[in-house]
Amino acid sequence: MSSHSDVLGILRTDARTSVEDIARQTGLEEDDVEEVVAELEASGVVRGYRAVVDWKRVEDEPVRAAVELNVTLDRETSYNEVAERVAKFPKVESLHLVSGDYDLLMEVEGESMSEVSSFISEKVAPVPEITQTVTHYVMDTYKDEGIEFGDGEDDDRLSVSP
Amino acid sequence: MKPADRVERVPPSGIRRFFELAEEKEDIISLGVGEPDFSAPWAAREAAITSLEQGKTSYTANRGRRELREAIADDARERYGLDYDPDEEVLVTAGASEGLDLACRALVDPGDTVAVAQPTYVSYVPAVTFAGGEVCAVPTRPKDEFKLTYERLERAGAADADALMYCYPNNPTGATMTGDELAEVAEFAREHDLFVLSDEIYAELTYEHEHTSIATLPGMRERTVVFNGFSKAYAMTGMRLGYALGPPEAVTAMNRIHQYTMLSAPTTAQYAAIEALESCDGAVAEMRREYDRRRNFVLSRFDELGVDCFPAGGAFYAFPEVPGGDAEAFAEGLLEEEGVAAVPGGVFGEGGAGHLRVSYATGLGELKEALARIESFLD
Repeated sequence: MSSHSDVLGILRTDARTSVEDIARQTGLEEDDVEEVVAELEASGVVRGYRAVVDWKRVEDEPVRAAVELNVTLDRETSYNEVAERVAKFPKVESLHLVSGDYDLLMEVEGESMSEVSSFISEKVAPVPEITQTVTHYVMDTYKDEGIEFGDGEDDDRLSVSP
Repeated sequence: MKPADRVERVPPSGIRRFFELAEEKEDIISLGVGEPDFSAPWAAREAAITSLEQGKTSYTANRGRRELREAIADDARERYGLDYDPDEEVLVTAGASEGLDLACRALVDPGDTVAVAQPTYVSYVPAVTFAGGEVCAVPTRPKDEFKLTYERLERAGAADADALMYCYPNNPTGATMTGDELAEVAEFAREHDLFVLSDEIYAELTYEHEHTSIATLPGMRERTVVFNGFSKAYAMTGMRLGYALGPPEAVTAMNRIHQYTMLSAPTTAQYAAIEALESCDGAVAEMRREYDRRRNFVLSRFDELGVDCFPAGGAFYAFPEVPGGDAEAFAEGLLEEEGVAAVPGGVFGEGGAGHLRVSYATGLGELKEALARIESFLD
């Protein structure tokens, strides 16, 4: 199992690390690395690979929002069913069941604030079990997927030292 | 007034020359850095900041804050089963380097001889010389995996020395020693009545077996000063905080010099160190895992390049053999042509010639690029 967690650890840091480099870092054979990656993918542990984007550096920066959703359940409806319905909207980037003052935390992406607002008011809020939505527009991002978005600190160590 | 003879006897550091060469160039990748590329764990930094906010900027007790000495003693007990009295047997110093210097000045009389295992950290020989002592070089060799052995000590004439000084895991080779291997060294020290100065600053960065402190071996605690600190494991090099553990008479003698020179180790760093010992084991483990990955990567790449590289088991250095054997020329050429800085092993003393010290305290991206450039240089 440790080979799985080692490989997963490397992919979590940089999913583009080549099979050769993962083999070098873990001491596994390349064939074994390929097998572990295939297993991680087939078992659904690894769900996909995406770039972490600093949208401020992109010309057409999308509008993003975190939306709190409150849900009232009845005997025929579960959280899963509500969540599955909401998750199908392509604008929904992520959706989590959470503890606390609200039930679901949804992240939405759109081209403009009006588009995001319309989506929430016209598509999400009308879902019968959803009783309240609170929308927080993302103003700036300092860290995403574990990666800090500063300009990076220069390595100011002495270039040669004891 | 001219500098004292014992100072003039010590040549400028061989590393200094490479530092100056590297500084002249732009866009270099440095594999010459003997310090972590991580920042100190946040909890330790936060403790330092809080101590400043609370105005804790005075001197501490000469030996260090008692709370820190207790935490250090607890750590030694938990890790090695060694009991040290925080009042008499623990001294907090400004880095392990200060501790080593204090030990030399406090324990070595002019004319005494200190056997120094080489290649090793560049400060040992000067520390002995500054104290007025003589150095007996004990070279270690690749065929012995750069380990000290009874035979090596005997052959180098260490039997006539008064003390033995070494560092395992080792800078620059990355060599480590197991408990069984250290038992030979302990036997030699007991038989020939050698005091041991054991620098264990890289103990936390041991990858393939548990680190053994020589002080745990029979009859050694009373003849050993162990040096450690927060620079390597906790990435706190700039905090300048280390400590020495040893028998009361040795530590008291060291403190006698310390109280007139350093007075006490930096106060802010002491608050950070207490927090580091109490809550930062996870961060240390994470850094060790990352170094281990880099170590595997570097060793594997040298293997692919057909370069013999000593399979280091500790610290964060690889110690490859230089094709052709002239490490000085190789390092200069590599820096000049490819912009990669690495330190020739000869500057670390006998046994290091013909090797390069390659530090992997550098991100994997840069390591990959550096190894690609080394490959191109070899072609």
